[in-house]
Amino acid sequence: MAPILELRGITKRFPGVIANDQIDLTLNEGEILALLGENGAGKTTLMNILYGLYDPDEGEIMIRGEAAQIDGPQDAISQGIGMVHQHFMLVPPLTVAENVILGNEPIQRGLFLDRKLAAKRIREISDTYGLDVDPEALVRTLPVGVQQRVEIIKVLYRSADILILDEPTAVLTPQEVDDLFEVIQTLVDAGKSIIFITHKLKEVLALADRITVLRRGKVVGSTTPADSDEEDLAAMMVGREVSLVVEKAPAQPEGVVLDVKGLSILDDRHSPAVNGIDLQVRSGEILGVAGVQGNGQTELVEALTGLRSATNGAFTIAGEAMTKASPREITEAGVAHVPEDRQADGLALDFPISDNMVLNTYYVPPYAKGIVLQDDVIRENAERLVREFDVRTPGIDLPAANLSGGNQQKVIVAREFNRDIKLLIASQPTRGLDVGSIEYIHKRIVERRDQGVGVLLVSSELDEITQLADRIVVMFKGRIMATVDAAAVTREQLGLLMAGVEVVELSAVTGA
Amino acid sequence: MKKGKRTEKERRQRWRGLLVPLLAIVTALIISGLLIIVTDFDVHDAFTHIPMEIVDRVEYSWEEVSLEEALEHHAAQVEIGDRVRVDGRWRTVVETIDNPERQLTLDEAREIYPELAVGVMVHFNFWQRPMVGFAAAWESVASAYAALFEGSIGSPVQMVRALIAAIGGDSSQLGRAFYPLTESLVTATPYILTGLAVALGFKAGLFNIGAEGQYFVGGLLGVFVGYSLKGLPMIVHLPLTLLAGMVGGAIWGAIPGLLKAKTGAHEVINTIMMNYIAFALADWLLNGPMQRPDDFRPISAEIQPSAFLPQFFASPIRLHLGFILALLVAAAVYWLLFKTTVGFELRTVGTNPHAARYAGMNLTWNYVLAMALSGGLAGLAAMNDICGVIHYMPNAFSAGYGFDAIALALLGRSHPVGVVLAALLFGILRAGASRMQSVAQIPIDIISILQAMIIIFIAAPEIIRALYRLRDKPDAELAPTKG
Amino acid sequence: MSTATQSIDHGQIVDPAEVRRGRTMGIFYVLIGVCIYWLFVPSSQPGQTAILGLNPGTQSAALTIPDLVMPVRGSLYAMALVSIVLGVIQLVRGFKRFEGLVLGVVALFLVMSFVVWAARGTGFNMLGVLASTLQRAMPIVLAALSGVMCERSGIINIAIEGMMLMAAMTSALFGSITGSLWLGLIISLLFAGLLGWLLAVLSIRYKINQVISGTAINILSTGLTSFISAKFMSENAALNNSGKFTNVAIPLLSRIPIIGPIFFETNVIVYMMYILLIVMHVMLYYTRWGLRTRAIGEHPRAADTLGVDVLRMRYINVIIGGMVAGLGGAFLVLGSVPRFDELMTAGKGFIGLAAMIFGKWNPFGAFGASLIFGFADALQGKLQILEVPIPSQFMRMAPYLITMIVLAGVVGRSEAPAAEGEPYEKQ
Repeated sequence: MAPILELRGITKRFPGVIANDQIDLTLNEGEILALLGENGAGKTTLMNILYGLYDPDEGEIMIRGEAAQIDGPQDAISQGIGMVHQHFMLVPPLTVAENVILGNEPIQRGLFLDRKLAAKRIREISDTYGLDVDPEALVRTLPVGVQQRVEIIKVLYRSADILILDEPTAVLTPQEVDDLFEVIQTLVDAGKSIIFITHKLKEVLALADRITVLRRGKVVGSTTPADSDEEDLAAMMVGREVSLVVEKAPAQPEGVVLDVKGLSILDDRHSPAVNGIDLQVRSGEILGVAGVQGNGQTELVEALTGLRSATNGAFTIAGEAMTKASPREITEAGVAHVPEDRQADGLALDFPISDNMVLNTYYVPPYAKGIVLQDDVIRENAERLVREFDVRTPGIDLPAANLSGGNQQKVIVAREFNRDIKLLIASQPTRGLDVGSIEYIHKRIVERRDQGVGVLLVSSELDEITQLADRIVVMFKGRIMATVDAAAVTREQLGLLMAGVEVVELSAVTGA
Repeated sequence: MKKGKRTEKERRQRWRGLLVPLLAIVTALIISGLLIIVTDFDVHDAFTHIPMEIVDRVEYSWEEVSLEEALEHHAAQVEIGDRVRVDGRWRTVVETIDNPERQLTLDEAREIYPELAVGVMVHFNFWQRPMVGFAAAWESVASAYAALFEGSIGSPVQMVRALIAAIGGDSSQLGRAFYPLTESLVTATPYILTGLAVALGFKAGLFNIGAEGQYFVGGLLGVFVGYSLKGLPMIVHLPLTLLAGMVGGAIWGAIPGLLKAKTGAHEVINTIMMNYIAFALADWLLNGPMQRPDDFRPISAEIQPSAFLPQFFASPIRLHLGFILALLVAAAVYWLLFKTTVGFELRTVGTNPHAARYAGMNLTWNYVLAMALSGGLAGLAAMNDICGVIHYMPNAFSAGYGFDAIALALLGRSHPVGVVLAALLFGILRAGASRMQSVAQIPIDIISILQAMIIIFIAAPEIIRALYRLRDKPDAELAPTKG
Repeated sequence: MSTATQSIDHGQIVDPAEVRRGRTMGIFYVLIGVCIYWLFVPSSQPGQTAILGLNPGTQSAALTIPDLVMPVRGSLYAMALVSIVLGVIQLVRGFKRFEGLVLGVVALFLVMSFVVWAARGTGFNMLGVLASTLQRAMPIVLAALSGVMCERSGIINIAIEGMMLMAAMTSALFGSITGSLWLGLIISLLFAGLLGWLLAVLSIRYKINQVISGTAINILSTGLTSFISAKFMSENAALNNSGKFTNVAIPLLSRIPIIGPIFFETNVIVYMMYILLIVMHVMLYYTRWGLRTRAIGEHPRAADTLGVDVLRMRYINVIIGGMVAGLGGAFLVLGSVPRFDELMTAGKGFIGLAAMIFGKWNPFGAFGASLIFGFADALQGKLQILEVPIPSQFMRMAPYLITMIVLAGVVGRSEAPAAEGEPYEKQ
């Protein structure tokens, strides 16, 4: 197999950081190359350079042996490179066909869109590669898995030979991941070459022909699935031995802190997101809510924290009815919430760290006397927390926006843990973080659990759930598929449940 | 980390921070100056079509002084023919000064046009007397800005002289000497208040374009309380009247705030609509129920003397307690925004409503509160003008405070101190502009042009930096948060 | 223990907010019916009629038709009754797809009953009001179309007011100087386009918040136009005397009764507006340019990754948007009152934005919404003549109140282009 693509010495600098440092990469024709690295390693930057969204400071790109000049996506597209982005680049109010042809529209009579021709070509591609979509459907009505197919069709419509897939499985159920892998195989059989960016070790080993590992902007190794395993890859990704298992003592659960009965919730478009679920969290245990994003978990957390009203059902916290409570009342009842979107919900990015540390406690003594803020108390509190939680920052007056993702999350965790809490609701707490921060946060969560706090952990990373949770519920389309002991269920079974399959013979399924 | 000890770099950054706004103002003044020159008919003539008078002898002006100028320098009666001492020389007072630039001796004239006589006017073009054009241009701008200065601050010489006289026991000159400066302060006062109003809105993430309407409605309610309650002592009546103005403005502001909170309707358009509704309302009230009895003009009755804001000095100086009040209000707004929980909530809502909700803050309450406070400040501005200056409410009331206030808030970066400084600047400009209009015939709208340019330059400092080739050394950014 | 899975089918979970809204609408309709009965009927006499003139007062190519004679009591009773019935139906089951239509019908009843009552015992030229509607709506339509162009591309254009004002002033000034209406028009469009370019530069290149840059341009335009007007035009009538476009009747269409005199017997700027309306609609939904424009307004990054030049398209669209606004300003002078007065736009630019929102960001919707505003404005003038015992100032408030009611979502929430107001950062 001859190399169809070669990156030589690619370097890209941003203010204060070198995102890509003399990277050499080779992709052979008809192969699947996995680009592996943890969050922040520089994988997406590298691919953005390849796709023309960034210009490299140094280095060159060779396509089929010839030096290539890529000044923008149009150049990349015309040279046969196509990219399926991590966050979909689809325009929701437009149709599938419109999204696919955008930028490359077929024209009739000089001016007008030729929709018929577009639909025809899309159907051709669908049939050839097994990607079933309705060209006239509005993208915003499609489920995530189908949206991804639209992205792939977009790329194939432009006759791409080299396909870059950036974290394509982040939002898929295990079943959809399998479907995707089949599609990828079809593409490769048809002669395409694939670069597959991910941080998920299992997928890499299952799918890739070759693996290149990035760490802090540099290539640290190249290998194949035959020659390595998860531990090796993890060590290469992080640069040290990584324990893939969280150390924790068995749980000592006591009374029920969170009791949810028959809760039903609508989403923003007034369709049902959560359909009558029951669950319970006891103090001293971690209940993991597993499931692919978009099955109602977000709405559930919002309802439990007072940010969204439920249409039916009720829940209590430490015995108090809280279904109609406001976010403040819930916080005052001893609930800590680490939100899913730390930048949008959890922090006021323009405010200094000291203010963010009291974002939801500023109005109580000692941070305020009446309506007057006590600046010295607030500052002293922030300094203490920054020390305790090892937040890397030159000072507490820095706007939170200047912190890295991991440190921002630490600020939020520090703030939430700084109270007397009975229940911790953590939603995707380690999304987008580097391994070091992930380990730290996992440790603190387990610590709190051991101190008697009940933890509701919502995560779409199955590994996180299996490592941390004592009991697991699986959500699918707003319902709870099963409630099980973490120790008594296998990953495969969880995968099936997450995909909506009723697993009948669950061994030692215990009640809750 | 120690607070309060500023490093060298921080101190330099502070000056840097002041430099751009300063340059912005200067650049705007330059561009406005160019506009003044370009639209001045006299300058056109001076560049193309210079009238030259043919005379016996060209006389120079340093032995003469015009009557007008002599009177300015000497209060005593001066007449044509007197000899007076002006600017260090003895001069004869004449009616007007001939401009030697525009005079040509007969000999010079005959070089170009042989058959001429004394008294005839000829016209030169640009190339024959190039400097006349530029001199006229300079004269145009200089007189305009001199008028601006005189109208806003006055003559420092006069002020010093008046002070000296006052110390010696004669305080008659104080009034005239300090009138421009105090006028600037009087003009600045409503700007301080309306600027604070808009700035408060900005801090809460709201664009309050409705300061104008809130000003009107506040004025209506306040003037009503001012003229209809009789027999109350000032200590009761004045605060009540001011409060009424604030309440009126607060209500008018709260309505769009409520609409935004409950329906998501954008406050920009709603506040603008409320402006027009307020104008119509005022029109009706002042031509109807609230019209001054026995008067055909659309004005209200005069307020009771017990609702007047006390003046500091005698006429013609109009400076009144309102100015001090405005400064106190600015301090109060600062305290509220940065030292209280109320302000913390408003600012959080302004910077990130999602996080504010998460933090337990009530968005509806905060939006309404912000708009109500904002409207209240605008209403107070109206009462400042009514109780302090004119003592009644006319229909064609405000001087366009609404949009000016937006410019102010932007200029002051929505911070109370910045707003006060910007308001003083605008007060100076406005007070001077009316003199520019009367003396130099420059329409007062030049101020709006100036303001717009200042806003643009402040909002896009890159323009100033590019223009003046300022080096821009931002701090090395910490690593971006995305990978 | 697995939970009992409840099978909920997608019609049963009902959103309480929607239900509340539906009920409010129903009560609203009933109230309107009651108001019609209670407010208007008592002061009318049995047997009274209102004559609504349907023929143009002046020479016209249209075929004459008989005037509409409305029995006052009869029509009032009828409209009140139907409103109440519709209200009850809305309360009980709602109208689902026809909800908007029913709202329109009830609103129409309210207006018609007011008109009939105001004209009781006498009459007035209804056609005149309708014709005036289009005239008054013109600047609003063009402002709204300008808004559509800009906001669909992702740029909020608050400066429409300033652009209109600038075009009005320059059309008067240059129309007078050159003596040619067309030259005046074209030059004014260029000036408005220049302001559009300024908005584009400030918002796109310098990434200033678009409301701020729009406000700055408004202040600049107000200042410049008043300055030039005060300095040159108010003293010198020759500079403010451009004349106006005369009415031209379109051959066949102007003969149609009612529609003809209103829509097809007017001046050339109005005809240009019709063309613009159709062109904009076709361009937006059927061409490549339109697809890309809609994309950059909703998700500019997606368009960028496919090679669409987001920034360049925004520049061009905003400049053209400025020119469209300029056409509206020029109409105020060259198509209406042939002189420029300071601040003559009086908020029409902002009302245009409201019409754009009301019309859900599409050209024909904006046109319809603008007609409604124009109608309110036109009616207000006529009612003064009828000596309706409501002070004229309250009538003047009507268009603004309507705007606020519309924005409050009585007509349902609308979705703005998702990316509007955000400067696009190319990385």
